[in-house]
Parts: sequence; structure tokens; C-alpha cells
Amino acid sequence: MHDIYSFVSGPLVWVAFIIFFGGSAVKILAWNSLCKKKDPTVHNYWSWIHVFKSLRHWLTPFGTLGWKSNPGMCIATFAFHLGVVILPFFIYAHIILLEESVLGIGWPAVPDSVADTMSIIVVVAALYFLIRRIIVPEAKYVTSFSDYAVLAIAAAPFITGFWAYHHLPGYSVAGLLHILSGEIMLAAIPFTRLSHMFFFPFTRGYIGSEFGAVRHARDW
Amino acid sequence: MGEPAEKNGHFTKDKGIDEGCRRLTPEKIESVVKKMLDTEAGARMKVYVETCVHCGLCSEACHYYNSHDGDPTFSPAGKVKQTLWELIRKKGRVSVDFIRRATEISYTECNLCKRCAMYCPMGIDVAYMMLFVRRICHFLGTSPQYIQDTAHSHSATMNQMWVKEDEWIDTLFWQEEEARDEMAGLEIPMDKEGADVMYSVIGPEPKFRAQLIYQAAVIFNAAGIDWTMPSTTGWDNSDMCMYTGDNDMMARLKRTHYETAMKLKVNRIVMGECGHAFRSVYDVGNRALGWRMPPVPMVHGIEFYAELFREKKIRVAKKYEPPVTIHDPCNVIRGRGLHEELRYVTHQICENVVEMTPNREHNYCCAAGGGVINCGPPFKNKRVEGNRTKADQLKDVKAQGVKTCIAPCHNCHGGLEDIIHGYELGLELKFLGDIIYEVMEK
Repeated sequence: MHDIYSFVSGPLVWVAFIIFFGGSAVKILAWNSLCKKKDPTVHNYWSWIHVFKSLRHWLTPFGTLGWKSNPGMCIATFAFHLGVVILPFFIYAHIILLEESVLGIGWPAVPDSVADTMSIIVVVAALYFLIRRIIVPEAKYVTSFSDYAVLAIAAAPFITGFWAYHHLPGYSVAGLLHILSGEIMLAAIPFTRLSHMFFFPFTRGYIGSEFGAVRHARDW
Repeated sequence: MGEPAEKNGHFTKDKGIDEGCRRLTPEKIESVVKKMLDTEAGARMKVYVETCVHCGLCSEACHYYNSHDGDPTFSPAGKVKQTLWELIRKKGRVSVDFIRRATEISYTECNLCKRCAMYCPMGIDVAYMMLFVRRICHFLGTSPQYIQDTAHSHSATMNQMWVKEDEWIDTLFWQEEEARDEMAGLEIPMDKEGADVMYSVIGPEPKFRAQLIYQAAVIFNAAGIDWTMPSTTGWDNSDMCMYTGDNDMMARLKRTHYETAMKLKVNRIVMGECGHAFRSVYDVGNRALGWRMPPVPMVHGIEFYAELFREKKIRVAKKYEPPVTIHDPCNVIRGRGLHEELRYVTHQICENVVEMTPNREHNYCCAAGGGVINCGPPFKNKRVEGNRTKADQLKDVKAQGVKTCIAPCHNCHGGLEDIIHGYELGLELKFLGDIIYEVMEK
């Protein structure tokens, strides 16, 4: 057990980060050069001011017509992503680990109660997505197995984190699973739909440029 | 244009699709799809397919989806699932029936209006993907018969309606002569080198709506514009090849149009009230030819009329009284942001304007655009049934007393006319030019 723990919390962390950073970088660079070759419109019509304008509207809760007409999805999406993307950087235990192992510096953490609440919110939002996929016809129709898989991958670190932190039964395994699921998520990002994490600014930015700079129309 | 639509099981009968599919083999399908995926599908396609998180938020944007009570097979993502995702997943190893269905979906169940791009959090351009599917069908030879016929006309005559050169010139003389009865000394100057404006129209104008050329001539003459119309090919700014997926022919058409303007040494092109032609000239054809923006300055009729009113080149004798509503065509509103100009012109010429909801960039499509109406009678009922949403929008404004709907686009006119008849709405349809001609001081 101890050996597994050292492996998962040691070398495997490195592997996960290397896959995440390396995989993402390779994918972005390769597809960017493919884009230059085959889709010259993207670079030619890219317009930073309209990119930011579009991103600003879409990254503001209820900032677009689509968000306004889907309040449930709007709240769930923002709450979920806030927890998934921002929270991990401000968990006390994460900061300590990073400070003591590699970085040598720390930064302020969010209070444990806040982290705890946010984890619950992430899990509730994930459940919302899950139920929506099962019962909302237009989501169900386009759902495939991989959609459930990525949802599970993204939610797992929060479920196991909550489990370990609260010392619920079997928590020693939960700690291990927490680290492992975090690593799986990191490593999965470049190779699954989770890559929308880094492609989102490009797809949004491009349509924002087309609408803003060429079409002179709003895209929100 | 009243042939009844026939169904063959799940499919709509169409000579072009049926014949095209009869000649297909699985090997041919696989090789064409593979070639397209290997060559023309680039990073943009890959990113769109991989980034779509299958949330379905695009659905409510689509009039087909709304009109079919939320049937997910009509949602934008649902249409991509039934076409492109499968083609990619199976690497082109799909059946002939799959291609038949993909043809019908991409040509007749999507107007390429890009309203869904405004509802997708990721900003995925479904119209781009549907056009890619059409292009595959183009190479497979399964395009619907009627639209393919217009594409053939384009390649044989450089206009959409098989209008011969002498017929075109004769139409201009005819309209000039007619209009002279009303306005002495009126001219439709042909091939006038160095004129300020080249006025271009779509093929159906000389074919079916010659009075629009008459009206335009009256407006140009009353405003004292130094203008001309070409007698040669290049007079037609329309472009159905853009919608059949025949990109090479599309580029030829646009080059002829621009080159005609260059040859006449005009300062700019003014286009009649057409949406798809505007998209082709302003946004698509230029790119196909390697121009970032159109090589000759060009404006849509809406912008031109707005300019005439701002510069007081035409004056209104008495505003149009019956309450009107404004239909915002996708290609000039979502495609060029002319919504405020359209309102400015409308308020200049109309006494009572009632807005439809939603409006401006968010307006619902007419269900005729994107070449759908050009797929002809076999798909007419589908198009009308597929846009109950528009009928509801129109019913709302009718209840507020609206008698006339202004639609500054030919395709919108065709589509709205069928919707107005189909749902017995009893509204009158007009172009801006119709009303300007009616109310202006001549």
C-alpha cells in the first residue's frame, strides 16, 4: 500500500504533468501549423479586440442570450468550471505539497470550509450535467459514452477529495484515489473533449473575430 | 412551382438525389469522403468536432428544431451527428442511404443562417460543417436536382436562370422603355465606363421580377446617380454554386462579377436587395479568390438607400401608412450588421413600424436561405413546416396590426411568401425598393 502511495504521489505526478503540458503543447502547436496551412482564414481574420469582446460576454454569467434563456445550464456551467479550474490552485493541502516538493514558495489558500462547499458545488453541478444528459432530449441525442466518461473523469477528483478530507469510511484509499483521479484528469485533457479547456479561447475567438470584424454583428 | 412533394419512406423524392444515389457505390463514397477529410478538412474542422461538448445549447437557435417541437434530430448538433461525426467516425465507410440522408439534411434542413453560432458557448460554426457535408455530396453527385440545375446554369451562362445575353439586354431596354413613360429621359446606362456605380442584380430579377429593375432605375435616376449596368456576363451577382459545394465555380462567378466592375472602372458596386448574393460577394467569393475583403468596394441595397436618404438625394412625398414589420435577413444582418441601417431606411419611408421578436442579429431565418428554396418544389412543404417559428413571429406582429412585412432579400421573400400562404397569415411582402419607389418624390 505504501509503495503504491509513493508511486502515485511521486513519479506518477510527474508523468501526469508531463503528459498534460507536453500533450497540450504538442497538440496546440501541431494544429496551429495545420491551421496555418489549411485554414488561412483563422489567422487572417483574427481580431484581438473582437476576441476579447466575445470572450468577455461568454465568460460573464447571463452575459449572452443563450445563457439567459438557459439559467440552469448557465449557473451549473459557471459554478462547475470555477470549481474545476480555479479551486485546485487554492486548496491548502495542494499549496503545501507544491511548496514543500518543488516550488519552494506558497500563496494564500481559500479557507477549508470554502473549498469544501465549492467541491460540493462541483459535484452537484456534475450531477446536473449527468441528469440533463439523460433526460433532456437534445442533449441525450448527441451524447455518447465518451461524454459520460469525461464527466466522470472531471468529477472524480472532487468526489474523492471530499471523501478523503472528511475522513469518511475508507478514506485512506480515497486519498490515493484522489491523487490518481487528478492525474487521470490531467493526462486526459489533451486527448479527450476536455481539450475544450484550451481550444475554447480559439473557437470562441475565431467566431468572435468573424462576427465582430467582418460581419459587424454581435455573437452573443 | 406547385408540384406536390413525394415521400419515399423516410426520404423525400428528388430526381437529383435519387439518380445520384443510384450511381453510388460504397467504394466511391469511402474514397471521396477520405479524400475530403485528408485534404480540405483542416484544423478548424478537427477543433470543431473535438471541442463540441455535446451540450445541445445550440438547439433553441434553430427554427427547424423549434418548429418540430424540439425534435433533437433537427438541432444543429443533431444534424452534425447524423452527418459529419459519423463520416469521420466511420472514415467514410457509410451506406448509400446514409449519404442520401446526409444530402437531405445538409441541403434542405439547414439554411446556413449561423444563428446557432450565436448560441454555442464554444462558438462552433455548424454552417461551416454543413457546407463541408454539401461539398462531399457535390463530389458524390447527389445534390438535389433543382439547385444543381441553377449551378449548371451558372457554369453554362454565368447567371443563375439560363438568361441569354440578348434576353438580358432586351430586358434592360424593355424596363427602360417602360419607365420612360413615367419619368421622361430616364436611362438605364449600359456599360458606361467610369460610372460611379455598377448596379448588379440576381438572375431571377430579369427572369421573374423585372419590375425591380424598373424601380431601381427610377430611384437611381431620381437621385441623380452616375450609374451603369453591364450588358455582359458579370451582371448577375447571385451564386448557387456557393451552396451546392462547387467552390471552383463559385470563385469563377465572383471573379467575373468583380472583373466586370473593374473593366467598367466604376468606383463601387451597388447590389440589389439580395442576401445570399451579398454573402457570396462580400464574404465568401472574395476569400475563394484570395482577397481578404472584396477587391472592389461594394454595398448592399440597404446601405445604398440609407446613403440616399442621409444625403437627401431622394425625398419622401408621403410615408407609407399601413403598419409594417421588418424581417432581418441573415446574410446582411448577421452577415454584415446592417440592422440599424435597415431600421433607419424603414423609418424614413414608413409611418408605423412594429418590431418582430426576436429581431436584429437574433432574428429567425426565413427557412428559404442557404439554397434551401432553390432545392425546389420537392422540399417546399418541409420548408414551410420547418418554420412554424417564423409563422408565430409573424402572427404576433399581425395581431398588433401589421399589414406588410419588409424583407430586403430575395430568398427571404420566397420563403416568407410560402409561410404566409401556408399559415394563411394574409400579410403583404415588400422590398425596401418597392416602398421607396411608391413613396418617393419622382
